[in-house]
Amino acid sequence: MSTVDDRTEKKTVERTVPEVEAPDYSLIGRRLPRHDARDKVFGQTKYAGDRPVEGMLYAKVLRSAYAAARLISVDTGVAEAMPGVHAVMTAKDVPLNETTTKFGQTTDTGGFEGTVRVLADKKVRYMGEAVALVAAETLEQAERAARAIKVEYEPLEGVFDPREALKPDAYRVGESDTNVVSNYRVRKGDADEAFKTADVIVENTYHVPHGDHVYIEPETGIAWLDEDGVITIRASTQVIEHFRGVADILGLPHNKVRVIAPMLGGGFGGKEDITVEAYLALLVWRTGRPVSLTYTREESLLAHSKRHPYFMKYRHGANADGKLVAVEAELISDAGGYAYLSPWVLLYSTVCAPGPYRVPNVKVDSYAVLTNNTFTSAYRGFGAPQVCFAYEQQMDALAARLGMSPLEFRELNYLHTGEASGTGHVIQTAVWTDVTAREAWAALGEPTKPRSSHERIGRGMASSMQSYGRLIYMHDTSRSFVGFEMDGTLVVRCGVQDIGGGQASSLATIAAEVLGVDLDDVTVYFGDTALTPLAGTTTATRQLYMSGNATLKAATTVRDTLAQKAGEMLGVQPERLELRDKAFHVLVVDDAEPGVTPTPEPLPLLDVVKACASSGIPLWNLAQFNAPSREVEDVQNVHGQIFPDFTFGTHAAEVAVDTDTGNVEVLKFIAAFDVGQAINCLSAEGQLEGGSVCGLGYALLEDVKLDQGKTITPALDTYLIPTAKDTPDVQSILVESRGGVGPFGAKGIGEPSSTSGAPALANAVADAIGVQVRELPMTPERVLRAMRDPELESISAKA
Amino acid sequence: MELYAIELRLNGQPRKASVTVADTLLDVLRTQLGAHDVKNGCGQGDCGACTVLLDGRAVNSCLTLAVQADGSEVTTLRGLGTPEDPHPLQEAFVRHGAIQCGFCTSGMVLAAKSFLDDHPEPTRDEIREGISGNLCRCTGYTKIVDAIEEAAHVNAGGRS
Repeated sequence: MSTVDDRTEKKTVERTVPEVEAPDYSLIGRRLPRHDARDKVFGQTKYAGDRPVEGMLYAKVLRSAYAAARLISVDTGVAEAMPGVHAVMTAKDVPLNETTTKFGQTTDTGGFEGTVRVLADKKVRYMGEAVALVAAETLEQAERAARAIKVEYEPLEGVFDPREALKPDAYRVGESDTNVVSNYRVRKGDADEAFKTADVIVENTYHVPHGDHVYIEPETGIAWLDEDGVITIRASTQVIEHFRGVADILGLPHNKVRVIAPMLGGGFGGKEDITVEAYLALLVWRTGRPVSLTYTREESLLAHSKRHPYFMKYRHGANADGKLVAVEAELISDAGGYAYLSPWVLLYSTVCAPGPYRVPNVKVDSYAVLTNNTFTSAYRGFGAPQVCFAYEQQMDALAARLGMSPLEFRELNYLHTGEASGTGHVIQTAVWTDVTAREAWAALGEPTKPRSSHERIGRGMASSMQSYGRLIYMHDTSRSFVGFEMDGTLVVRCGVQDIGGGQASSLATIAAEVLGVDLDDVTVYFGDTALTPLAGTTTATRQLYMSGNATLKAATTVRDTLAQKAGEMLGVQPERLELRDKAFHVLVVDDAEPGVTPTPEPLPLLDVVKACASSGIPLWNLAQFNAPSREVEDVQNVHGQIFPDFTFGTHAAEVAVDTDTGNVEVLKFIAAFDVGQAINCLSAEGQLEGGSVCGLGYALLEDVKLDQGKTITPALDTYLIPTAKDTPDVQSILVESRGGVGPFGAKGIGEPSSTSGAPALANAVADAIGVQVRELPMTPERVLRAMRDPELESISAKA
Repeated sequence: MELYAIELRLNGQPRKASVTVADTLLDVLRTQLGAHDVKNGCGQGDCGACTVLLDGRAVNSCLTLAVQADGSEVTTLRGLGTPEDPHPLQEAFVRHGAIQCGFCTSGMVLAAKSFLDDHPEPTRDEIREGISGNLCRCTGYTKIVDAIEEAAHVNAGGRS
């Protein structure tokens, strides 16, 4: 099997993209099978649960049976005496049980960090909160012992709707005198005055539900005490840098905890918070024995983080000529029992609330509010999909009122390079939303004919803006090591977590491109806090941007070093050398230096590597890439640049709605995104396709249903995600502006690829039935209800 | 609980295990027989990650009792093909980018194998139906269907 394979080339479509000169890369931008795919397809990849350690114990977490209760007592006596049991731990056994949530940050960010408890104490805040840990010789023994722990609760009333929790006399979820986790404002221009001048005003409310990540690999890990007294945790995590938080919890120096992340079976934000790591470390620390812990699927659905439900009120004003004049939005998110990443997620929503549009007057007020529901945190899109669902239906409603097509109206209002976003950040990088919109819409082709008298066909589109790279408040950094071995093979060491998006493979491609070797010549070591340079989290669509740039920097330094030596060997200036196909080639120039005869024979790379090694010239470089940064000036008033850059893109969809049943079938689904520069087209398409189907699930199926804090969808037969039968072929269109801030002009695509999926489908459904469904998921019941709701205004622009 | 001795062939090799009546084939494959290429995604028959071939037929190993596999031939992903001698499905999955995190891949490829045995010339819709018991959260399925479609063509033309 060849590593370079263009046999799967897609059919070409008519393009309307502006011409940007395509550089002559040997690997970048090709359609290449990923280097990790071969290991995976032959069953050779060892995930976090696949390497049992001799003598390991099995752990079980006892979880709260109540969503809101006072924790009166936890009696572990019987459990501790049971056969095979080595440890039972509760809050009193945890050196630092109350801690603050930090996420591989290199700086403290004050107002954004929330309190979290490792094990429940005083008050239980959500159903499924961890109360006690057990480690035993067998899993059955651990489960039996967990059941034998006697917990006395005093049930409390709780609060389960964030709008209720905002009220002054609401039940208090924690010990603080308010349920508000965070509250932000955006003010640009004067929205109140601008609405008075608007010819058309559209005002609606929207609601989106809890969502579960449903990575196919549930949370898992194995930990042990190594021979140097370091607690080593091999876990499925997006953030190996939680080693600091875990060390703090145990009261150990940071260099006494090591976290290793092998290939993950999916992340999607759900493995951004600590999952099993702290529990494993505590039990290893207590027992001295290796310990393993894997959540059941039910436990994962009940007790790990969820996507935030939002209640959103949006008001938009536009002129008769179709220009937006003002937007006003109120966002309320349900943070659940603990803050976790809710402050950050809400900040993303707040910044992205106006969408990829030029709106002169902006007023956004947002609140993240504690409730006794399951805690919510990071999920692919990180607050952007919720607001996109709302603002993109607002755009269609405005277009309909103005008698314009959805594309025509959007094209009048898209933000462009050099213009200010809602927070007043003047974006200087490529903003090609309009190109993606035209591409996506054109790809829908001819409309499908209804197949029966009770079927209606609808088409819709939605555009989005989503950041890549972390908030610049974070002072984000990444490091990567690139070095040649003596035989000319290449090693990259970089502490990325590979969650399935090709994070490691991208680094190999970048290093191979710069250093003129084949992909097969590169080995990437990743995800180990002890052995790989720290590269930060695999979250926030940041790894290609951050670690890609760090790897590019390191590889370029190695190339320059080698070129210097090669120049000496050839007797030419290093600037005249090109490194490709494992050799230095002399570029023939017209005004050749007098006395220098251009060498037609390329100098083999291996000769240069050997010459450098024998003269003590380093064959390696360790580089750090720093993202732009700024201090938090005013936590609440959000203004100016918040992110390094944004990715812009558009989904378009065609659906068939059965007017008898309300069932929605997706017939066509197109994702057109400006990826800047695809590093590997096959991988970039994979992101667009997977992200789109994630958006399809959000639109039509997925709903973590909670009744008074109790999850009533605790299995994959009640919490439904898309199967192959629920999805059409997704058509992915890679638009390449080469104008991003990632390596070679790349932009991040992991999260953005999902964001506009659900609103595109919602707009298609509205086009089919004539009214909008402003609540997710768009179940048959909701679609039928919307069709029969006399209060809903027709969306049809055709009228 | 009483233990029973079972014997089966795992990827062509005779193996023995000592199991209770409650042990699933998935448990025994992973904990006793070292078949970590078989994945546990839900343990309830919903996700298909644990799919193996039992006497050539795809089954959810989490819903199959170990004692049911006594005397049977069990094939896991590693038994389907090797880097030196890959199965056309394995080649096609790699070539088409049908693998991202890879956690569903083991079950997905084996489900596809069983499906293609019954449907040598499937349409794309039939492929979608055929793998609808196997969840993938990363790829969006399009490239998986591409890969299975190509493997069917390769099969039709004989294995190269």
